[in-house]
Amino acid sequence: MNNDERPMLTGAQMVVKSLEDLGVKYLFGYPGGAVLDIYDALFEHQSIEHILVRHEQAAVHAADGYARSTGDVGSVLVTSGPGATNTITGIATAYMDSIPLVVLSGQVPTTVIGEDAFQETDMVGCSRPIVKHSFLVKRAEDIPEAIAKAYYIARTGRPGPVVVDLPKDIVSPLIKAPYYLPKEINIRSYKPSTKGHPRQIKKAVDVLCKAKRPVLYTGGGIISAEASAELTALAEKLNAPVTNTLMGLGGISGVHPQYVGMLGMHGTYEANKTMHNADVIFAVGARFDDRVTNNVTKFCPNATIVHVDVDPTSISKTIQAHVPVVGEAKRVLQQVLELMEHENVTNDKDEMARWWNQIDQWREVDSLGYTKSADKIMPQQVVECLYEVTNGDAYVTSDVGQHQMFAAMYYPFKKPRQWINSGGLGTMGFGLPAAMGVKLAFPDSYVACVTGDGSIQMNIQELATCMQYGIPVKIININNSSLGMVKQWQSMFYDGRHSHSYMDSLPDFVKLAEAYGHVGMRVSDPRELKSVMEKAFAMKDKLVFLDINVDPSAHVYPMQVKGGTIDDMVLASKDGENK
Amino acid sequence: MRRILSILLENEPGALSRIVGLFSQRGYNIESLTVAKTDDESLSRITISTRGDQRVLEQITKQVNKLVDVLKVRELTERPNVEREVVLVKMLAENNEQREEIKRCSDIFRGQIIDVTAKVYTVQLLGTSEKVEAFIDVMRENGSIIETVRSGVVGIGRGDKALKP
Repeated sequence: MNNDERPMLTGAQMVVKSLEDLGVKYLFGYPGGAVLDIYDALFEHQSIEHILVRHEQAAVHAADGYARSTGDVGSVLVTSGPGATNTITGIATAYMDSIPLVVLSGQVPTTVIGEDAFQETDMVGCSRPIVKHSFLVKRAEDIPEAIAKAYYIARTGRPGPVVVDLPKDIVSPLIKAPYYLPKEINIRSYKPSTKGHPRQIKKAVDVLCKAKRPVLYTGGGIISAEASAELTALAEKLNAPVTNTLMGLGGISGVHPQYVGMLGMHGTYEANKTMHNADVIFAVGARFDDRVTNNVTKFCPNATIVHVDVDPTSISKTIQAHVPVVGEAKRVLQQVLELMEHENVTNDKDEMARWWNQIDQWREVDSLGYTKSADKIMPQQVVECLYEVTNGDAYVTSDVGQHQMFAAMYYPFKKPRQWINSGGLGTMGFGLPAAMGVKLAFPDSYVACVTGDGSIQMNIQELATCMQYGIPVKIININNSSLGMVKQWQSMFYDGRHSHSYMDSLPDFVKLAEAYGHVGMRVSDPRELKSVMEKAFAMKDKLVFLDINVDPSAHVYPMQVKGGTIDDMVLASKDGENK
Repeated sequence: MRRILSILLENEPGALSRIVGLFSQRGYNIESLTVAKTDDESLSRITISTRGDQRVLEQITKQVNKLVDVLKVRELTERPNVEREVVLVKMLAENNEQREEIKRCSDIFRGQIIDVTAKVYTVQLLGTSEKVEAFIDVMRENGSIIETVRSGVVGIGRGDKALKP
């Protein structure tokens, strides 16, 4: 397109047109002084639906939920100063979990940047440690390219959030410039690798085929690279056990016979045992996080580690890899499968039978078993009931705490992107806004936010957003009148000194939901749990806030012993005491 | 162990702050840092002197490489290289004895006296960081230092290999 064919637009119009041309469907945001011109350009706009949240943090979480459930880039628009700083927790959440987002923030006019102008914040500076990249755009004509680059960077390589800071004078209606959105993005300093190096693939295949006790340990990289089918194919070809990280749940079906459950701090007995006793750990899109490894110096001493990751910095960061493979999970798994096919090699099936024999013994421990009570609802039971009522098909978002672990452990996710939680940063207040983003993307699917009485209050104002846009998510509030995970640690490690972990004067959540115009329900009797939950999910067009009073003494087990090996764990005994 | 990293990156506002921020954020230390544009004005070259074992260095190199603005990173100390640093030392030169001592030491180190006032000599010395440090030690022992300023080390690999886009 030569210059004459380029339409003359204002900066604000370019912002909206760029988003439209990039296929943005939902924009989560909140207006303010610095972005008034952009909001004016959005007024009565047809193809982009803007969702007005009630707090900018929620805009980012909602865009994040949208991104996690669809795989598309989530989009956010906020004003300068407090609007921008309110997004920080959301951006950090997305950064830690490698979620593609673009956050457009207003900025004071270029002429007054640095003068402490009203609602001025150095957003590029504030967000620098928690973004994949950022842009401060200085000229109107640079807007489309900056936005196109932002979306490209956000979704390629290891995905992540990108900030585009837009000073008010460059989006002013007074200045028009030719609009041109580049179709192809080429950044000479940014070339993420996709394919694994053939020599490393060869080494990986050799190690895998010689393994007697292999385990596939996979994380969020399987989800973001859409590599679930390849992972399942490799697992089945090898007949190897698979364990998923908190971020990787659904990477292989939670009901697959070779799936041994989540690993790590609250992983299953069999998953952590399998890891510790493995002779080969084939890690894909996982990063040996401290919530997985426990004490790194005692980590899986007998294992040869093959580590596949799109981000070279993740490899050998905490645990030294013997065979590093840099590349996208999907592509690398395809290469591994192709090479095994081509060379007609595989592992020893007799050894695998012996390995499974051992793993099945660990499974018999039934580490997720718990004791039900006649008069109190157990939190585990709530999640199991949710699984039943939704046929295991729901998108489940969660907040952070005990309920998050219960959701991760007791709801076997059959597909990738079904499980949406803040894994790395551990952000309370994530669940409800994230559920809004998911429900907008999948209006016909069940969307449940599993939360607790602490977390839900951190972004409860979004009940208003749900009402305004008709977003009928189901809120499963596992209410134990306390900050359960904090309390659990205090019980276990601080002699039961429950310092500030009791939630006094909780609101009446049923009335609160009703005050926002939604439906509230409460249940305390285990015999009524299922029927109430069925009733809630039957109300397809209503947001139902289901307040479930559970046994406040419940702990999350199994749990790793601090400072030990990966399989050094405390298990729940069937009579409710530790063993 | 001391290591010198050479970084080629886009000559854009904010690029330097990403490098410096990364070092502080991840707890890596910076002993010296120099930055200037290269013969190609769209690019800057940064030389960072840091300390760490091989594993830390590998992480630093990978983390720096991951920054979107960065084109190339190389650990100079891995291969034959030459390094230089400039120091300016301002010395008290009130009497003949002091002046002669400064002149004598500067000559031994092949430094130059580049500014003279009634009571002060300023000496310039060019060399490796080790030589610069030795010079400062000698000047401290044999005279009275008013202030010193060091450029930080710059380095370049030997031979025909170059850090190019």
